[in-house]
Parts: sequence; structure tokens; C-alpha cells
Amino acid sequence: MVEHYISLATKAMFVENILLAYFLGMCSFLAISKKIDTSIGLGFAVVFVLTITSPANWAIHNYFLQDGALAWAGFPDVDLSFLNFIVFIAVIAAMVQLVEMILDKFSPTLYYNLGIFLPLIAVNCSILGGSLFLVEREYTLLESTVFGFGSGMGWFLAIVSMASIRHRLRYSNVPAKLRGLGITMLLTGLLSMAFMAFSGIDL
Amino acid sequence: MAFLDKKSKRALSDPLSANNPITLQVLGICSALAVTVKMDTAVVMTLAVIAVLSISNTLISLLRNLIPGKVRIIVQLSVIASLVIITDQVLQAYMYDISKQLSVFVGLIITNCIVMGRAEAFAMQNPPGKSFLDGLGNALGYGGILIVVSFFREILGSGTLYGFQIIPESAYAAGYENMGLMVLSPGAFIILGLIVWVHRITADIEEE
Repeated sequence: MVEHYISLATKAMFVENILLAYFLGMCSFLAISKKIDTSIGLGFAVVFVLTITSPANWAIHNYFLQDGALAWAGFPDVDLSFLNFIVFIAVIAAMVQLVEMILDKFSPTLYYNLGIFLPLIAVNCSILGGSLFLVEREYTLLESTVFGFGSGMGWFLAIVSMASIRHRLRYSNVPAKLRGLGITMLLTGLLSMAFMAFSGIDL
Repeated sequence: MAFLDKKSKRALSDPLSANNPITLQVLGICSALAVTVKMDTAVVMTLAVIAVLSISNTLISLLRNLIPGKVRIIVQLSVIASLVIITDQVLQAYMYDISKQLSVFVGLIITNCIVMGRAEAFAMQNPPGKSFLDGLGNALGYGGILIVVSFFREILGSGTLYGFQIIPESAYAAGYENMGLMVLSPGAFIILGLIVWVHRITADIEEE
């Protein structure tokens, strides 16, 4: 049983990296990966929020929105799954707010470090993407949590490696028009190819 | 276009090239690339974004004097999310196969930074007519890039265009092979990187 979850996590982290294989969270990836420490901060924030929102949205989908999910409340014929998008985004925004308040209270250092990145995360596609994937792939609660954590870690790895590459890039002579977005996209392509080498690994 | 004054025309035409949302504003790359393996999904995605972006810009512009500053993000998000739900339902009703292929990416239009970005940067300050044109222009500029990327990915990766065989059988017989990389995700990154490069050379733009 444990192997199943480990393999799910490694798959989400490396083989089907949410950023490099599904292109999710590109906007903040491109904007933030200029500096290493900020990208580590944002990376941790994403891991954190994805691990929390995935099971939360799983529960909401399974107990409220899914076809027939409201049977416990006496409405077995109700299918609210079209509300998925708007409810998920609201849950994510609320979770981000909640995480912010809890951190502020109990871990001011972490709060200070993540500070400005937490609100940004509410509109990071990788978070909503994670929730939508777990509905589409019909994961269980535990699988969703593991998948959320794995995807977050994958995103973290990708942004930190890109920030390190861009750091080194400052000393190289990139053609003027290719600087910035152009070279970053090409590098992301190479990074994505490197991560594809993990496919076929089965734990 | 005589019926448009200069400023409206600029709102429509600027995003097509000079201020393209993808290659220059660097918005909305999320959820864009995943649908570019084949042209038909890219075209449908473009239509979905055109619908959502132009309508959301118009609606938010109409509401702009009623939205209190502090909760504007939530109001914008709920307008956008409702429009995306409608788009998704329409796609499921009339184009079920393509909607299955687009899978979660239609839903991800909600978090596509371009929609929020235009609502925040343009529609909150401008009247509905101009906002509609700005939304339309940005969606077209965005869709243009999607279609160009998918053009290259489909013809190099599968030898087809919009599902029709373009590379003749004789070429395959002579040893031509499809470029497998283009179908995979790295292909999208590399093609987009090259497009950005070419676009910046032709438009003569440099980043610091």
C-alpha cells in the first residue's frame, strides 16, 4: 500500500511535474524565478497551500458537489458538479487567508518569510489545477493529499532549479533579444526534457 | 474602421503585436501551452478565451463604479468564474470530445492571469465599449500565439494540420520521421521561446 503512495508522489514530483509537463503556474514561475531566495519562499508556500487545499477540495467535491453527493442531506438527485470551479477558487482563496492568519499567530518567522507570496498563490494555476486534476482522476482522500504534496514539491524543485540557472546566466552573453522571457522559455524546455528522463521509473 | 476612434482602435490592435499579452506582458502562459499539441484544441481554447475575456471585461467595466475597492478581486474572480462555468457547460453540451481533450484547462481560464490582469489594468478604469475591445484584442493576441505554437507542434510532431495529413506518405517512405519531441511538453516551451525571440527581433524590443 505504501509503495502506491510513494509512487504517486514521485510521479507527481518528477514524471508528471505540474509545471514542466502540464504548464501550470507558469506566470509566477517566470516572474519570480529571477532570485533564488524569493523562489524558495514561493516554492514552500505552494507546497504548503497545495497540500492543504487538495484534501479540502476533495472533501467538498465528494460530500457536496458530486453527482448524488448530497444524498446524506436528502437530495440524492442533485448534481452540483458544475459549481466545482467557483467553489474551488473560493476554497483556495479562503485557505490562503486562513493559512496566512494561522502562520501570523503561531510562526511569525515563517509568516514573515512567505509574507508577500501567500496572497499571490490564490491565483496560481497550479493550485486550482491540482484540485481539478484530483477530481478528474478520481483520487481518494489520501491519494489527493499525497498528490497535492508531490505536485507542490515538483513545482518547488522546478522553480528553484530555474532560479539557480538564471543566476548563473547573468554571467553569460545571451543575445539581446533573447534575454528575459525568450531564454527562460528555452531553458524551461531543456529542464522539462531533463525531467522527462524520469518517466518510466516505476517504484 | 471609421466607426472607431483612435483610442478604441489602439485598445483593439495594440495587444495583437506591439503589446502582445504572451510575448510581452508575459501573462497567461499557464494553461495556454498544454492545449497546443493539436490545432483543433488550440482553436477551441482560443474561442473560449475570447468569449470569457471580452465578456468579463465588459461586465467588470459596467460594474466598475459599483465595486468597492477592497473586495474588487473577489468580485472580479466571481464574474470570471461564472463566465468560465458557462463556457465549460456550452463546450460540454456542443463539443463533448474536444471538451474532454481540453480536460481541466478550460477551468483553468479562471486563474489565467490575462483575464484578471486585463480586468484590473483596463476594465476598472475604462468604459464598457473600450473594455470590450481591449478584451477582444488581448484574447486575439493570445489566441494568435496559441495557434502559431500549435501549428508548428502539429505539423512537426504529427505531420498533420487540423487533423489533415500534410506531410505526404512518400516523405515517410523516404525516411522522414515525425519529431516526437514536439508532441511532448518540452516542444511547447522551445517553440514558444523561439517565437518570443523572433517577435522581439521583428518588433525591436529588449528586456533590461
